[in-house]
Amino acid sequence: MNAQHKPTGSAYFIAKETEQLETRTLSVLVDNEPGVLARVIGLFSGRGYNIESLTVSETEHEAHLSRITIVTNGTAHVLEQIKHQLERIVPVHRVVDLSIRAREKGHEKPLERELALLKVKGEGDHRVEALRLADAFRAQVIDANTEHFIFEITGRVSKIEQFISIMRPLGLIEVCRTGVAALNRGPDGM
Amino acid sequence: MTGSSREMTGAEMVVQALKDNGVEDIFGYPGGAVLPIYDELFQQDEIVHVLVRHEQGAGHAAEGYARSTGKVGVVLVTSGPGATNVVTALQDALMDSIPLVCISGQVPTPLIGSDAFQECDTVGITRPCTKHNWLVRDVNDLPRVLHEAFRIAQTGRPGPVVVDIPKDVQFATGEYVGPSPVTEQKSYQPKLQGDLDSIREAVQLMSEARKPILYTGGGVINSGSEASHLLRELVQLTDFPITSTLMGLGAYPASGKNWMGMLGMHGTYEANMAMHDCDVMVCIGARFDDRITGRLDAFSPNSKKIHIDIDPSSINKNVHVDIPIIGDCGHVLEDMVRLWRASSTRVENKALAGWWEQIDKWRARNSLAYTPNKDVIMPQYAMQRIYELTKDRETYITTEVGQHQMWAAQFYGFEEPNRWMTSGGLGTMGYGLPAALGVQIAHPDALVIDIAGDASVQMTIQEMSTAVQYEAPIKIFILNNQYMGMVRQWQQLLHGNRLSHSYTEAMPDFVKLAEAYGCVGLRAEKPGELDDAINEMISVDKPVIFDCRVANLANCFPMIPSGKAHNEMLLPDEATDEAVANAIDKKGKALV
Repeated sequence: MNAQHKPTGSAYFIAKETEQLETRTLSVLVDNEPGVLARVIGLFSGRGYNIESLTVSETEHEAHLSRITIVTNGTAHVLEQIKHQLERIVPVHRVVDLSIRAREKGHEKPLERELALLKVKGEGDHRVEALRLADAFRAQVIDANTEHFIFEITGRVSKIEQFISIMRPLGLIEVCRTGVAALNRGPDGM
Repeated sequence: MTGSSREMTGAEMVVQALKDNGVEDIFGYPGGAVLPIYDELFQQDEIVHVLVRHEQGAGHAAEGYARSTGKVGVVLVTSGPGATNVVTALQDALMDSIPLVCISGQVPTPLIGSDAFQECDTVGITRPCTKHNWLVRDVNDLPRVLHEAFRIAQTGRPGPVVVDIPKDVQFATGEYVGPSPVTEQKSYQPKLQGDLDSIREAVQLMSEARKPILYTGGGVINSGSEASHLLRELVQLTDFPITSTLMGLGAYPASGKNWMGMLGMHGTYEANMAMHDCDVMVCIGARFDDRITGRLDAFSPNSKKIHIDIDPSSINKNVHVDIPIIGDCGHVLEDMVRLWRASSTRVENKALAGWWEQIDKWRARNSLAYTPNKDVIMPQYAMQRIYELTKDRETYITTEVGQHQMWAAQFYGFEEPNRWMTSGGLGTMGYGLPAALGVQIAHPDALVIDIAGDASVQMTIQEMSTAVQYEAPIKIFILNNQYMGMVRQWQQLLHGNRLSHSYTEAMPDFVKLAEAYGCVGLRAEKPGELDDAINEMISVDKPVIFDCRVANLANCFPMIPSGKAHNEMLLPDEATDEAVANAIDKKGKALV
């Protein structure tokens, strides 16, 4: 999101990272206390890790636990470090690499969904086309007048990306996205 | 009062929690936002408060106190500048894993966020330089947070914590609860015991080694004196050669026959060569820091590596290891020693004979040699004399950061853990003087010497005033060469001998300065004067500033230049001006 990918290695001898970057989805269970999100984000910026997407909300009200879903990328070595560094944060209970867990279970990746709201302004043919495509993408119209629509769309990141790019020439004004929410398939919890 | 519960103010809670957590001495500086706590301190005499002259000094003093006792160091500072001044010491403690509890005052809760006088976002600023921190908004949370602070600071991999307490919370009344033997915290549960199968595998690998090495670090010291005993036992059982990082000196005695000296950038030739050529490396409580490994892709290329560390994030961080063991050094060493004794496949002494022969050849290279001088005090000679004249006493050594620090590490032989306090990870100039003060407060009858440089010592020299006030007879032994010696050495190595701003043209008269503070000032300019002056320094029962004028242009060798491997050391007898100028290639110049 913000940080550049930096090679890790020693500052004493900066080795070039030649390994392939991988994208992973992490689920982080934390105490919902003031500053906990700043600790997590500060760790990523301070150590030069990448955040592609971040979603957070309290998920267990009685236990005051929040679940943070982070999509990150890095080499296998950096990804291992990210997990361990997250586990060092005192209010962090558990860190699960959902991508690894999915692979262990024989799935390609965890279930990942994102929600986006798109405001599209237009008249005439553009307007008809926007509505027709929204229907094809199973996007809902949640607000409209004679000049605009606001669409709500849920789905995989790739679907959202595709929908946004299709809407752009049809009068896209603005987009708001939630970031990825993810769970693994099957009956087991994290 | 442990376990009892009664009504009291937040400020009273702070003092009570300190007592309940076994605190005897704290280092601090008052200010508006901590006055209620200072008022409570005034009304009791169990806890001794040491008034420093700058909050950074309080932090380093607490570090010295903690490192030399194994206890938690406690700091008390006010809001705003009080808290920001202690940041350097917090980061220093974080990098060297020193347990500190820093209590800071904060503006009253309703004023937080209003840019009030002496307000700063203390938890925001200290978040990345602490193990954990808290802003306590409710007085009823205060006892729990304070006890948690002590638990987190000293368990697992130790480190600094900050408890930020707004002034209205210090005045508010609530119910005090003593420390509970069972912790309610679920998220933070450090693992002490190592995985037995991994330890068994490690012992097996060690027993098959023909060129083994033990590489130990500050983790052994942090684990407590029992870990050092076990380490000595392991060395005796295995007859493995042993080296240590800067932070780990003293865990194994320098007089021990298996000791190879410190390793790393300014480590000995034998230690670095053995690291490079070994077949099994056992890393105990060290973290493969860049000062240790040198060039990573040429680091110990042919060895299997075992790594014992309490912090899982240290494993595979810089160097890939074959057998990671997560746990406390003491616990793991205990298992290791037990399994080694029980194993039938012990190393025969003969099996290591060839390895020891090789090590002796490297030792014979005498990598710490220097050219003695009859007219000028060589800094290495000064270190040797300090060692000879103090080794039979209960001596604690602290240092600042730079050439003098490396010479102290190379030439002072530590026999016991907790006798050596230095800023390793952060490399904080100005650490040694206040750290010495902290050590002396903890050990009033011991000889405490800060081996200092003329540049470093001026960063925190104001703490001499504290030493005088508390009659702490610390000895500040300055290797005065008028340069920031290590900066100059790097300018010679990297920047064509252009000595940009590394020479101090206006140096204070340290003897007069000592007198101005009410200390004793001593000076030695010739090698012949040195012993008498050092003996006088030792016998004076007052703080001393010793201005030891040393050869101005001496450099610190041996050295692994930037971007080079362990087996590419620059040795003192090869370090001609030309070799120094060409030691580092273009790529290496970009490194730190």
